[in-house]
Amino acid sequence: MAQHNNQFMDVIERFKESRSVTIGATIIVLFCLLAIFAPQLSPNNPTKACLDDRLISPFTEFRYPLGTDHLGRCFLSRLLYGTRISLMVGITVVSISATVGIILGVVSGYYGGLPDALIMRLVDATLAFPSIFLAVAIAGILGQGLVSVMIALVVVDWTKYARVVRGSVLSLKEKEFIESARSLGATDLHIMARHILPNIVAPIIVVATLGMAYVILSAAALSFLGFGPQPPTPEWGVMLNAGRVYMRTEPHLTILPGLAIMAMVLAFNLLGDGLRDILDPKRSVIE
Amino acid sequence: MNLLEIINLTTHFQTPDGIVQAVDKIDLSIREKETFGLIGETGCGKTVIGLTIMRLLPPTATVGGEILYNGKNLLEVSETGMRKIRGEEIAIILQNPTTSLNPVLKVGEQIAEAIRLHQGLNKHDAKKKAIEMLDSVRISSPSRRANEYPHKFSGGMKQRVMIAMGLACDPSFIIADEPTKGLDVTIKAQIVELMKEMTEHKAMLLITHDLGVAAEMCDRIALMYAGELVEYAPLDEIFEKPLHPYTIGFLNSLPKKGLVPIPGMSPSLINFPDGCRFHSRCDYATGECKQKHPDMVEMGNGHFVRCFHARS
Repeated sequence: MAQHNNQFMDVIERFKESRSVTIGATIIVLFCLLAIFAPQLSPNNPTKACLDDRLISPFTEFRYPLGTDHLGRCFLSRLLYGTRISLMVGITVVSISATVGIILGVVSGYYGGLPDALIMRLVDATLAFPSIFLAVAIAGILGQGLVSVMIALVVVDWTKYARVVRGSVLSLKEKEFIESARSLGATDLHIMARHILPNIVAPIIVVATLGMAYVILSAAALSFLGFGPQPPTPEWGVMLNAGRVYMRTEPHLTILPGLAIMAMVLAFNLLGDGLRDILDPKRSVIE
Repeated sequence: MNLLEIINLTTHFQTPDGIVQAVDKIDLSIREKETFGLIGETGCGKTVIGLTIMRLLPPTATVGGEILYNGKNLLEVSETGMRKIRGEEIAIILQNPTTSLNPVLKVGEQIAEAIRLHQGLNKHDAKKKAIEMLDSVRISSPSRRANEYPHKFSGGMKQRVMIAMGLACDPSFIIADEPTKGLDVTIKAQIVELMKEMTEHKAMLLITHDLGVAAEMCDRIALMYAGELVEYAPLDEIFEKPLHPYTIGFLNSLPKKGLVPIPGMSPSLINFPDGCRFHSRCDYATGECKQKHPDMVEMGNGHFVRCFHARS
């Protein structure tokens, strides 16, 4: 067991060495805490309108630390609850599309032939559209709402995982330990689950982390365009859109949600880039 | 009694350059508890025989002939049936121990897995058995080593692990493909000792190009050249009375005999020369050798050779 802990600590040490991983991970942990404790941290109900307190500027009134929007809702509370929605959308979409992409990618790479051709043509077809366009089209067909935004993003996003996984599997399946497993009587399923999957975790983690940034940004964009959740849901893209009208007089209504989106996307990108450097097989974690 | 009988086995590979006849009409039989050495230079098709027996060939391969294991033709067994045989009845110890272990799984887990594939043991018992196996291949502090990843093992240690994995389900027939490849001399001797001991009561096909290892372990030896067998005989016969010019050349290329190389290159496995496949490199070749392909003939004492001039 002690051995185990050592190895774990080694990896943590590695992470600390990389500045982008440290910064990215810190910001993400912070956002997660904000999301978890949003009810405790919020000074007000994020959806309760109070028309007497409309458009208060930030840092002017104690009751509303970051001011209010055009309906007199506490902006800080709305931003905090927005963290929940963005993270939830990111995690859900990434985990569903990664699962679909990994399964199809492994099958495609391992079996080759017809399954490979079918799956890869499907990927090509999906990638032939500009992804945000496709997402807009799908969200448009499915109607407004958070769920349709998530479905639209999954449809676009799984292809990334399928491609990366297929590429890794193609080189892995020629490895001798796969042949060795087969020579001991392992089934295809066993080989895929026990021998191939653990070997492609590193690239998947990188793609998933960078994918989180993409998904969060795209979800905000789709919500901004009106496909996402409807008011009074405190989604950052929706808030950005609502604040657009008051940009000249009350710029905080657009700047704050914009900054929140930027910080979260930047954090995931930093983490993803840093992880890519660390997990690069050429300077492998396992020495 | 013959445990394994290979009759008229051919393995061909379809490639863009033509059909590679890696194994061409081979007959051989292996008795119970016998160690049979298959010797030949790189690229003569020895490894392909091992993979053909295990049915681990890529889809581009076509196989003809029969491989009778305990009287059952392995080439006609279903894929599911074959999976039961692999590891449990016939095990193969692959060459390159360094790349034959999964780098992200603990060594103990990999052995335990081989056991669990065939025996209905739970995780705990399989792990215990795996540690016993590591102990039996002389890995010190096996319970600690079982929890380590392959990168912490040296080449010789990895080969020991491969042997433990191959023998974990107590197969009755073992194919060892160059088990001493890439090991330095002292480690090689240890591995040979270990294998001799572990496989004492098992039949084994030892594929190697190392005559020293073969001399140490085998009861009978076959020499393979360009996809076919050219000579096979009991161990002493081969070393004392080699008959085929290739065997003689092979023995003369040993360091203690002065490292005399056989001139020329072995032929391509796509286009065989007419006549004897060895004639262009043979000192004794005559006109007959250039035109007719010699058959395997028995010279007594279980000594077979494929040469027109063996009697002279």
